[in-house]
Amino acid sequence: MAQIKYVITDGLGIHARPAGLLVKCCEDFSCDIKIGTPLKMVDARRIMGVMGLGLKKGDELTMTFEGADAKEASQALTEFLKTNL
Amino acid sequence: MIIFNGVGANSGIAMGEPYFITKKQIEISSATTENTQAEWDKFVNAKKIANIALTALFERTKLEIGESEAMIIDVQKMMLDDGDFNDYVTDLIFEKKHTALFSIQEARKYFSEFFLSLPDPYMQARATDICDMCYRLTQNVLGNAIEIDLQKPSVVIAKDLTPSETLQMDKSKILAFVMEEGSVTSHTVILARTMAIPCIVQCDFDADKMDSEIIVDGETGFVYINADSDTRTHLLNKQKEQAEHKIFLQTMFGKPTVTKSGNKIEILANIGSPDDLEYALANDAEGIGLFRSEFLYLGRDSFPSEEEQFEAYRKVAEGMAKPVTIRTLDIGADKQVDYFNLGKEENPALGLRGIRICIERQEIFVTQLRAIYRASGFGDVSIMFPMITSVWEVKHCKKIASIVQKELKDEGHKLGEVKLGIMIETPSAVMLADELAKEVDFFSVGTNDLTQYTLAIDRQNNKLERFYSPKHPSVLKMLEMIAKAAKDNKITASICGELAADLSVTEFLLTAGFKKLSVSPSFVLKLRAKIREM
Repeated sequence: MAQIKYVITDGLGIHARPAGLLVKCCEDFSCDIKIGTPLKMVDARRIMGVMGLGLKKGDELTMTFEGADAKEASQALTEFLKTNL
Repeated sequence: MIIFNGVGANSGIAMGEPYFITKKQIEISSATTENTQAEWDKFVNAKKIANIALTALFERTKLEIGESEAMIIDVQKMMLDDGDFNDYVTDLIFEKKHTALFSIQEARKYFSEFFLSLPDPYMQARATDICDMCYRLTQNVLGNAIEIDLQKPSVVIAKDLTPSETLQMDKSKILAFVMEEGSVTSHTVILARTMAIPCIVQCDFDADKMDSEIIVDGETGFVYINADSDTRTHLLNKQKEQAEHKIFLQTMFGKPTVTKSGNKIEILANIGSPDDLEYALANDAEGIGLFRSEFLYLGRDSFPSEEEQFEAYRKVAEGMAKPVTIRTLDIGADKQVDYFNLGKEENPALGLRGIRICIERQEIFVTQLRAIYRASGFGDVSIMFPMITSVWEVKHCKKIASIVQKELKDEGHKLGEVKLGIMIETPSAVMLADELAKEVDFFSVGTNDLTQYTLAIDRQNNKLERFYSPKHPSVLKMLEMIAKAAKDNKITASICGELAADLSVTEFLLTAGFKKLSVSPSFVLKLRAKIREM
């Protein structure tokens, strides 16, 4: 299992557009991907859940990856977060 | 005369007849069915139709308005396929044996209430997207069309407008938006701004009284019904002034920037990222006088690669198709980046910044120069170095540039001719202007820093306002010295600081001998109008 942590720098937090892009980015992989905070983790391929986390600038998010391509997925998502959030 | 008051969300005055968008959000009573599969098929079919309609709307929006606005529609498409949403509906249909219509309604309530319960107003506004999508699904199940057909130019009045409703309307027939709900952060408002349509939200109006001509003032948030003649005249004048000013500025589009006595000036644009290019083009800039490269380095935790930088520079050089001057990175002072590991400084404004970093950390500099030189094969590109204080610094930069240039040629890259220039933004550079001019192809004056260093005043310290003046005689004197040194050495001198956009000094700058002024894109046409009057 791979895990990444990231502090959001985007002023609006996980708003609609990056949430959509994030879901799309996860769809390139087959492993189980979850996103959220230690209190609440949701399926990263479900946009309502991702937006519903209500994560904002300064919040630390956690992503976990479980499955065959977990490593590749975590690398791709690390890049994604840096660029988009 | 009746006046309704709301929150002005996008300025502009419009008058015309109202067009009401009433959504019959019908309340469906609980109903069960034995044929659950048939209800599920209805739901799946409604989704399919919605998907086709949203795809078409997405393409149209991307073409007519832009990619980021189109993404709003794309997100709705993704919501249609969202696992949580579909699980919820599946459970209602197959387990609870509800009809498709009732299930969609319940899902709408559940998910919109969920978003409304979030503390962030932006997320609360997303409940509108859920309602928009579910309304579409309901109408599809019922087999109703959901087109909004504006027959003539109208003031569009609605309880709330969803992005898909806004986007499908014929833009040329929307005079203004007046919404009972909505917030300034809603997508519809963002779209109204992009399309330059006056817009009022949170307006407490009585639809029954809005039967005749309506006047909307998007600046004040007032909606006038049956306006009396004084008010009407006042608003008409205001509208005329705004329109005239806009049209007047647009008449400057494509006109040469030349004074009455025939002094030809170039007005260029300052940009901070490739995204700003469209504003430079929309305002008819004659080139990019300052392309700040810091955006590539800020807001991340590792250095941008040569490839990444090359793409950004190429995009601007190609897209502009006119001269583009790229300033090498000017990190330091008020722009700090952790991964540069520059260490803490007592006084960053007088510390390791601008060209000093490039000289100390040559690998960073070389990567950037390689990217810029490669982009020069795709357009008219110049390079300028910031924060120069000595002649040796310029010689050093030129030497590195020539090594980079040779390496790239050896590697087989096609390069354009690249002019090298410097920013004049320290008193030292002003004093040495004559010597520096012999080393470079052009000067560009950064008036903000030059003023700060000359007056020994921190721009960000508001206690010093009384002592600070961008038109301080010492600064103006320096500008004359810079222009003279440039002229004596037959190189060009331009201004790219805020002073260039100050219409009260334009005459002074032109008299001093500056031939190029680089300003924010929105100032280009105003400045051109001013110069053509001189």
